[in-house]
Amino acid sequence: MFDQKTIEMLLIGIKDTLYMTIVSTFFGYVLGLPFGIVLNVTRKKGLHPNRVIYGIGDFVCNIVRSIPFLILLILLIPFTRFVVGKSYGSTATIVPLVICSAPYIARVVESSLNEVDEGVIEAAKAMGAGTWQIIFKVLLVEARVSLFTGAVITTGLLLGYSAMSGTVGGGGLGDIAVRYGYYRWQADIMIVTVVLLIIIFQVIQNVGMHFSTRIDHRKK
Amino acid sequence: MSHIEIKNLTKKFEVKGDVITALNKVSLSVETGDIFGIIGMSGAGKSTLVRTINYLEKPTEGQVLIDGVDLAGLSSAELRKKRSEIGMIFQNFNLLEQRNVLGNVCFPLEIAGIKRKEAKEKARQLLKTVGLEEKEKAYPSQLSGGQKQRVAIARALATNPRVLLCDEATSALDPMTTKSILNLLREINERLNITIVIITHQMSVVTEICKKVAIIDGGELVEEGDVEKIFENPGSDAAKELIFEKKESFVPIRTLNTSNRIRIVFSENSAYEPVISNAIMTFKAPLNILKADTKNVGGKARGEMILGLPEDESVKLAFIEFFKEQGLAVSEVTEDV
Repeated sequence: MFDQKTIEMLLIGIKDTLYMTIVSTFFGYVLGLPFGIVLNVTRKKGLHPNRVIYGIGDFVCNIVRSIPFLILLILLIPFTRFVVGKSYGSTATIVPLVICSAPYIARVVESSLNEVDEGVIEAAKAMGAGTWQIIFKVLLVEARVSLFTGAVITTGLLLGYSAMSGTVGGGGLGDIAVRYGYYRWQADIMIVTVVLLIIIFQVIQNVGMHFSTRIDHRKK
Repeated sequence: MSHIEIKNLTKKFEVKGDVITALNKVSLSVETGDIFGIIGMSGAGKSTLVRTINYLEKPTEGQVLIDGVDLAGLSSAELRKKRSEIGMIFQNFNLLEQRNVLGNVCFPLEIAGIKRKEAKEKARQLLKTVGLEEKEKAYPSQLSGGQKQRVAIARALATNPRVLLCDEATSALDPMTTKSILNLLREINERLNITIVIITHQMSVVTEICKKVAIIDGGELVEEGDVEKIFENPGSDAAKELIFEKKESFVPIRTLNTSNRIRIVFSENSAYEPVISNAIMTFKAPLNILKADTKNVGGKARGEMILGLPEDESVKLAFIEFFKEQGLAVSEVTEDV
């Protein structure tokens, strides 16, 4: 159906899409996980309530999240150029993807940690646990299923966003879909990229959910 | 020196701009090796009180002294160390759901920085004490309520505490399981000489296991003393209410048309004598038994009766005198209880 060149292009597209999704999810968590922990710890019922820190974190989170991704992508071009050296291609796309996902991840992490039973935290305190011990041995461990599910959902979201970056030369399957499907009216390549994105999404979602039930000891 | 001493403790909370006094000038002391009950209706402030003993709640005023050391004077690191010497168990068990039984018991040891191998050994030993050595690989979701509380007890004992605080530890359990948990606590108290403080709203828990009791009502300490004495002669309204356990169960008695009601308590010795028959035969006057019950108070059997006495004042007084001579505890039952 397709010649060798097109198939090669699609394979590179898959590789780039996975590269952008995985790396941006990783760095998104590098920033977002501590951010989310800070939000949980400083909230009103947290381990160390602090209205100022929570207020600032909450504000930053909402501001970034209220900017549509496509606009953030364009807004961040100078910053991206500063970090990566260029503003197009899959590596450059990772920068806005991380900036966009970090506050989202922070919220997901915060709400997962908020679900941890207060009684269990109180019990840990009564045993003499300090704040760090409670964070690493109680909060993150007890909330792990919810944290993992959140990570799967975030990965799916970033897969979609990475495709969106195709409109500004981001690379990956989205880029192919835009160039061939939109500019050249090659519907067949467009459909193939869409199908490939659906398959990748399904794999991430199903494998992720399978593992999240495997690591849960609450119901058996 | 008392093991735990609470001096003039007041705790105020601010809820939406209003200041609520949860505890008002409470003072009490618990001796080493005691099983001390703190009883009150829900909302009386007893849960707040027990949380001040390990400073999970910091008092607004007053002091908490453990072995003579004022907790207010400790740094946060010292306080954490002190807390590890005070075990605590809860109504909802508060086990780590994502750790198995062994992992839960190891948890306080990990926090204290004890080596994994050593911690496991200690944990297995404790699981044996609470009778759950077979379940070390099970997760909390696979256990019954009683088993969960046993794990929680093992966990609370892991750091060799000198004090064990029990916050409504049996309130989520059925009567049979409650009994077995109380037996376990008694055994721990006797074998390890750990001071136990029990918070409860059930008088049956106090009479079953405690030696001393403090009654909290509306944030204040209204009565304190030996369980036997308070059971025989409750002074405060709150104590009477708790001893009759459920107000509703007393309603039918209240509606009976007898104004001269008394409550008598038999001890083991006086129970041999047919006191009621003797009284009736002596005074040739009728007695109405409105309620009769036996209870285990601090390991001793106690009989409790509520009697309706004749209207005639002199006969009534004669009856009361007679019962007192027989060594029974007699108290008048007032209209409102």
